[in-house]
Amino acid sequence: MGSALPQIDFQKQKNVAQALRAFLPERCVLWQEEDTRPYECDGLTAYRRLPMVVALPETEEQVQRILRTCHALGVPVVPRGAGTGLSGGALPLGDGVLLSLAKFMRVVRVDPLARIAVVQPGVRNAAISDVVAPFGLYYAPDPSSQIACSIGGNVAENSGGVHCLKYGLTVHNVLRVKGYTMQGEEVDFGSEALDAPGYDLLALVIGSEGLLAVITGVTVKLLPKTEAARVIMASFDDVQKAGDAVAAVIGAGIIPAGLEMMDKPATLAVEQFVHAGYDLEAAVILLCESDGSVEEVEEEISKMKEVLRAAGATRLAVSRDEAERLRFWSGRKAAFPAVGRISPDYYCMDGTIPKKRLGEVLNFIGSLEKKYGLRCPNVFHAGDGNLHPLILFDANDADQLKRTEEFAAEVLEKCIEVGGTITGEHGVGVEKIDQMCLQFGTAELEIFHSIKRAFDPKGLLNPGKAVPALSRCAEFGRMHVHAGKLDHPALPRF
Amino acid sequence: MDPEFSKGFSDQIRAAAAERRALRIRGGGTKDFYGNEPRGELLDTRGCSGIVAYEPSELVVTARCGTLLADLIEVLFKQGQFLPFEPPGFGPGATLGGCVAAGLSGPRRASAGAVRDFMLGATILDGRGRMLAFGGQVMKNVAGYDVSRVLAGSLGTLGLILEISLKLAPRPVSELTLALEMPQAKALESMNRWAGQPLPISATAWRDGAFELRLSGAQGAVRAAADKLGGERVDSDSAARFWAGIREQSEPFFALPAPLWRLSLPSRAPQIELPGEQLIEWGGALRWLKSGADAATVRAAAAGAGGHATQFRASDKPGGAFAPLPPELARLHRELKQTFDPAGILNPGRLYQEF
Repeated sequence: MGSALPQIDFQKQKNVAQALRAFLPERCVLWQEEDTRPYECDGLTAYRRLPMVVALPETEEQVQRILRTCHALGVPVVPRGAGTGLSGGALPLGDGVLLSLAKFMRVVRVDPLARIAVVQPGVRNAAISDVVAPFGLYYAPDPSSQIACSIGGNVAENSGGVHCLKYGLTVHNVLRVKGYTMQGEEVDFGSEALDAPGYDLLALVIGSEGLLAVITGVTVKLLPKTEAARVIMASFDDVQKAGDAVAAVIGAGIIPAGLEMMDKPATLAVEQFVHAGYDLEAAVILLCESDGSVEEVEEEISKMKEVLRAAGATRLAVSRDEAERLRFWSGRKAAFPAVGRISPDYYCMDGTIPKKRLGEVLNFIGSLEKKYGLRCPNVFHAGDGNLHPLILFDANDADQLKRTEEFAAEVLEKCIEVGGTITGEHGVGVEKIDQMCLQFGTAELEIFHSIKRAFDPKGLLNPGKAVPALSRCAEFGRMHVHAGKLDHPALPRF
Repeated sequence: MDPEFSKGFSDQIRAAAAERRALRIRGGGTKDFYGNEPRGELLDTRGCSGIVAYEPSELVVTARCGTLLADLIEVLFKQGQFLPFEPPGFGPGATLGGCVAAGLSGPRRASAGAVRDFMLGATILDGRGRMLAFGGQVMKNVAGYDVSRVLAGSLGTLGLILEISLKLAPRPVSELTLALEMPQAKALESMNRWAGQPLPISATAWRDGAFELRLSGAQGAVRAAADKLGGERVDSDSAARFWAGIREQSEPFFALPAPLWRLSLPSRAPQIELPGEQLIEWGGALRWLKSGADAATVRAAAAGAGGHATQFRASDKPGGAFAPLPPELARLHRELKQTFDPAGILNPGRLYQEF
């Protein structure tokens, strides 16, 4: 993992800081260690590195000039939003500029009739819904970090949340993204209409982990708040039964507004932390939400109760009022910090699997707990197959850290094996970059690199993240062999 | 994807690339009219058909490009599921590959999303004849750039789409169409206002004072919304025929003489004053125009309203079918094309003349 030691070329640091100070006020350029230290990591704290310089622009023109300057100097740039990302996407570079968009906190325009909001990238996810609430509207994607994470980061990572089964991911809820390429060229993807001419570059940029463009403006789609919402807490004495219950709910033609699973170790950790009222006897609980008109919710809740009971639920509790509904959710949303309290460190994974393989994968994780001697509570976006196993470890113990990494790698590889993916919503960043070599073949990776070059020919924007160099895959030693043959078998791979 | 299915295609692409010969990728040919004029040697995708995997509880289907859209819809229907973007076929021969390549969505688009919103993964042959797989068969997947969504609407210019995985949804329990009457400006205002309320509106169509509106969802919700909105309740057979007519463009409006323009605009854009007749869908965000007005005038009106105009059906499409791109986006388009199809042989010119 990354070294915490400064590896800064001080002469270069001085030159770059001076070049930026030519057009940025003093408060916008940080380079002294005590000022740059807070930027050494994002939400993936196991990886830390001091940035050479931190730039905190306040206007779009400044963003453009920073990019032009760095491009001319050949200095890499790492964009950063709120720094809550879980894959190290905003991990700084010791020879690069960390470009923080934290000062872009303005809601530029809300158009309630058109149901859109134009916001700057540093606006917090939850703040959008707060601002538009008086119009009876909200922004649907709700990652668990929504009180802190920013919309620019959500766009970069294509963030999901607990309600994305019904309401979609960031890519489904953003109409337009404006920004700058590494060369400082202004780009505008999508539109306030429902489509734009040509290729869907908006879909390409959303989830591109800050490798294609720096985002300075986002137009989000707003939805009308539903009249009513209620959530069922269903207890199960067996993981497989709970997995089958998830399939049964969807098989019954219901798309719950949220469908989450937590295992007993996770509910125990959470209960001590937020007192959500979870059934601590259950091996697994499901949270199954319905929203819509009052009639619709009544109809759906009774149908879901029937399905869950038939699937073997040992206990069902339906939220009686809004306060109880929020309390049931508070436990799920606080799962990561709650686990953080019972262990010095935890390592959160993010694989997605076909739902039918759930029991098998959870049993496999159970066997790894024994193999590596580490505990691993599970929270899980059950409706869309997105797992968040949390490996508990102590980073001060080098052996535990090593076992954790091996544990995590085995889980990700299992996700690929059962037909899933290594990351459902947290992104590849630096964390899962080796597993990208397993998920994609050489030809696909070459295409990704070529796409990157189309936007950033010098490869200066957030380099080393998201897409592994082919040489790195060769070194990793487990090149994904596609359709039984290696492309360019004659090419040397070092 | 079994390489056997694609061997012939791959050979054909490699040979064409070596000689820089244009290939015209085509399924049922029901959308030959769309985009710029197709040219090149035919590559017929219909031999590569069939559903590869479908498990209703996963809400995902994977099928090959030559699969008939109608067959796929039928299979999903039997399991109580559907393609929420309600794609037009424009003829019984429409294939899934053509549906994705064209990227056209039907009446439900404003409420449910477009083709691209349901793309989970795709296997393609690029312009070098290499088989590439992007995305996957699961609903959440952020590994790698989201290439499979970009394929929707790319008109076959980035690759031959062999196999597609789509997200599905259960069909709504009940549907009801209401017929109202109001002038265009009031209809536009109502569509936008109602879309901001928790009403289960799944489609809208306004034409010459007649305003049809479809509700889809739980029985109680549909009933309550119908009581609130008023208007005349249309019987379900007539309603089904009406929305199919809008989707497939068999409604009388589409038979009017004059070229057909597709204006994609912000939903709340005011009434567009252009000569000719209009039919409005998608809560105001899609405006079909039958007009002899010159291309520059129509494009300027659409751009002025914050959107873009496509010459959808016309015997001649001066300046190309699609709105011209600003220079920085045009450059990115050329480079993406170069990435996937360096010899420039896959449906050249179909999207933009220059590639």
